[in-house]
Amino acid sequence: MPAITTCPTAPLPPREQLENLVASILAEARAQGATATEAAVSFGSALSVTVRLGEVETLEHHRQRGLGVTVYIGQSRGSASTADWRLEAIRDTVQSACAIARHTAKDSCAGLADPDRLAKDIPDLDLYHPWPLAAEDAIALARACEAAALALDPRIRNSEGGSIATHTGLVLYGNSQGFCGGYPATHHSLSCSVIAGDEAGMQRNHWYTMARDRNDLETPVAVGQKAGQRALRRLGSRRLTTRQVPVLFAPELARGLIGHFVGAIRGGALYRKSSFLLDRLGTLVFPDVVTIRERPHWPKALGSAPFDNEGVATADRDLVAGGVLQGYVLDSYSARRLGMETTGNAGGTHNLIVEPGPLGHEALLRQLDRGLWVTELMGHGVNLVTGDYSRGASGFWVENGQIQYPVHEITIAGNLNTMFKGIVAVGSDVDVRGGIRCGSLLLERMTVAGE
Amino acid sequence: MTTDTLTLARYHLLTPAGLDENDLHRTLACLLGHAIDAGDLYFQQRRTESWSLEDRHVKNASRAIQQGAGVRAISGEKTGFAYSDELVMPALLEAATAARAIAQQGGEGQRQVWRTAPRAPLYEPLDPLDTLTAEAKVQLLEKLDAEARQQDPRVTQVMVSLAAMQDTILIAGSDGTLAGDVRPLVRVNVSVIVEQEGRREQGSSGGGGRVGYGWFLDDDRALGYAREAVRLALINLEAVPAPAGTMTVVLGPGWPGILLHEAIGHGLEGDFNRKGTSAFTGRIGERVASPLCTVVDDGTLAHRRGSLNIDDEGTPTQCTTLIERGVLKGYLQDKLNARLMNTAPTGNGRRESYAHLPLPRMTNTYMMPGEHDPAEVIASVERGLYAVNFGGGQVDITSGKFVFSASEAYLIENGRVTRPVKGATLIGNGPDVLTKVSMVGNDLQLDAGVGTCGKDGQSVPVGVGQPTLKIEALTVGGTQA
Repeated sequence: MPAITTCPTAPLPPREQLENLVASILAEARAQGATATEAAVSFGSALSVTVRLGEVETLEHHRQRGLGVTVYIGQSRGSASTADWRLEAIRDTVQSACAIARHTAKDSCAGLADPDRLAKDIPDLDLYHPWPLAAEDAIALARACEAAALALDPRIRNSEGGSIATHTGLVLYGNSQGFCGGYPATHHSLSCSVIAGDEAGMQRNHWYTMARDRNDLETPVAVGQKAGQRALRRLGSRRLTTRQVPVLFAPELARGLIGHFVGAIRGGALYRKSSFLLDRLGTLVFPDVVTIRERPHWPKALGSAPFDNEGVATADRDLVAGGVLQGYVLDSYSARRLGMETTGNAGGTHNLIVEPGPLGHEALLRQLDRGLWVTELMGHGVNLVTGDYSRGASGFWVENGQIQYPVHEITIAGNLNTMFKGIVAVGSDVDVRGGIRCGSLLLERMTVAGE
Repeated sequence: MTTDTLTLARYHLLTPAGLDENDLHRTLACLLGHAIDAGDLYFQQRRTESWSLEDRHVKNASRAIQQGAGVRAISGEKTGFAYSDELVMPALLEAATAARAIAQQGGEGQRQVWRTAPRAPLYEPLDPLDTLTAEAKVQLLEKLDAEARQQDPRVTQVMVSLAAMQDTILIAGSDGTLAGDVRPLVRVNVSVIVEQEGRREQGSSGGGGRVGYGWFLDDDRALGYAREAVRLALINLEAVPAPAGTMTVVLGPGWPGILLHEAIGHGLEGDFNRKGTSAFTGRIGERVASPLCTVVDDGTLAHRRGSLNIDDEGTPTQCTTLIERGVLKGYLQDKLNARLMNTAPTGNGRRESYAHLPLPRMTNTYMMPGEHDPAEVIASVERGLYAVNFGGGQVDITSGKFVFSASEAYLIENGRVTRPVKGATLIGNGPDVLTKVSMVGNDLQLDAGVGTCGKDGQSVPVGVGQPTLKIEALTVGGTQA
């Protein structure tokens, strides 16, 4: 078989080139009348491969450039972006942003971050671990991943494939206060999605692993086997009758619940008074078993960042301590709107760690005793203004702490306010594949709708 | 129209880059030299803008230009793909070299002579960004804000956004396809928060299509969105918790057609059926709906958000019957899956941008009208749910389970619409939900032009529609057990 020889991901451009671009944008904006400017220049490249039923399905080379600028003329603002790095494109882009700023209303809260909050020392967080992955090796890994799933059981009848992807990127942010910072970062992932079937029908499920460093990935065989086991265990799914029961959220879904919490304490939701968590600082949002810390500087972590999207230094803090809300998720603009200080969260949070409890998955099933273990959710039925929550679900019915049978075509509903307060336990089974690290969450009671 | 879209696309994409059709030949030749069955080049320039208002003022706006070329090589079931955001020959040839590396065996591809298939356009090749001055855009947003606020003193927040996009594309394929399109798209959204005795609720409404901004001013169309957003929010203030369990559900006309998109449409996309991963696989000719149901996917409706003159592979769009009087008729196909399934493409090969691969996707998916007066449909229900507005939906095409979330719904009691209930997710099984349709209204409506469909991480604009529908049994995910 002839070997496939292609270059892996494109090399990063020299940092100096990006610094020069940022400087050109800032200079051009000043020349065109901007009183303050911020700019970001990015470069990213990726290789991704999907192998289905042993054969290569897609081999994709990605290479993306971007350049964005926000100008302030007094207290009016305008933004523009392009993928074109040529000087005439920079001039046109700045011109577009300035033209907009001449039409937008003055906003006393608009502007760059306060200079004393900008990152001074930029720590190396060990986020860059390029993987010189040749296409043929990528194919072999994706194939091994899928093969492990297919070999698991004859009931695994079909596949959406095994996939591998490696990304590398560099973003540089600079502003007219003299800040210019950036760092290269990588992430790699391996995933598998397969279909198990029997007389009753087909069930699909998947698994994935993701990390900054390829050495921190789960093995292809482990990923494939987990995907296969997850598809198999859904065979024979039944429905449930409508009932109110305790619900155990699997770690990858528990992370989503914490995501809804973050959405509701985000500055934009608060100053627009469109959150169910208004004016809750210093009050109990969760029971005392819940503590949530932000740790932006963990080496290699997927959510780590030395500074946020406006150059503000990130720092460790406790967002929730013993269930009590300690702070919001703010950028400079929303902070000014609220009469507060930025929390260094322009662009989002950086590694939220929900402090794990003592119990693992099996022990949590015993504590659940009789109820629903939810392993998949569907749809968008979450209203952050009211906290109302209603989503499609599938998982397992549990009695006496033992899994009885898989269930599907049901919904779970409640209100996030009472769901958060009704958290009975946080698991020790932490999912580390993202910017929010959380174990299983056991909730006292939700409404399950079914037959 | 004096200039056809291919000429315009050439002028906007190739001319500024100093490229001509010889360069397209050369790039395709480079692609096809290595045992590649077929390949195509997709040139795109996308100009977008968005303006947003909050606190009564337009405080933020942005513009963006994105351009590049995607190069695809196909060998059997394999696809190699690379792209460049620089429209110059060395970058195109480099992308072609990377894409063709997929081939290990396969036929020696032959490039066909160019053939173009002009058709009467479904929308003007205009630049919507320039159809209003900046001052007029700001004024429109302020007018919508004022309209929302004057509806009711309980309105505390109004957020309005206005967005436009112009996509210019050119496709050159080894099968001889040479086609271009200039696609305008505009969108307005109004979102409000209302407050009463400490209770807050939201409502939002909007619309758009492949037109210029002037469309929003016609008949004060956009003012209607402001009034509708407030109406929805005020109804939510009165809403009681939704019921939980399986019951009769009446869906209103228009946007509730998201049911068809999730329950039926995705499961009929060619890729899933070629691979045998859809709950509808191998079911052509079988009864999958009540005889009252005829469902089509139609990319040819003038000015609609989901419409296209040609799909992103250069195939003219068409009206494809998916279900005819309850019987499954056809799938939605792009070129790759049509070839592998030995059938014809249906004009449904769509991609988010040059940086994404085409996939079979929907355009405007809707159900044909039936015979019943909508009032008769409601009057026939003793106890059930009447759901008229929805947020998003999702489907697992393999198990067939789908959800869609109501944002405006009422109880039906003894044949009458009574109290509003809080939003709830509805869940069902795609292959049998339409078998439970017992009445179809005579009031077919299409949605207002707000839909965006996501698949494999790619977003494309789509439309849906339906008449009033009665479904005998569907599970409603409320809190009141």
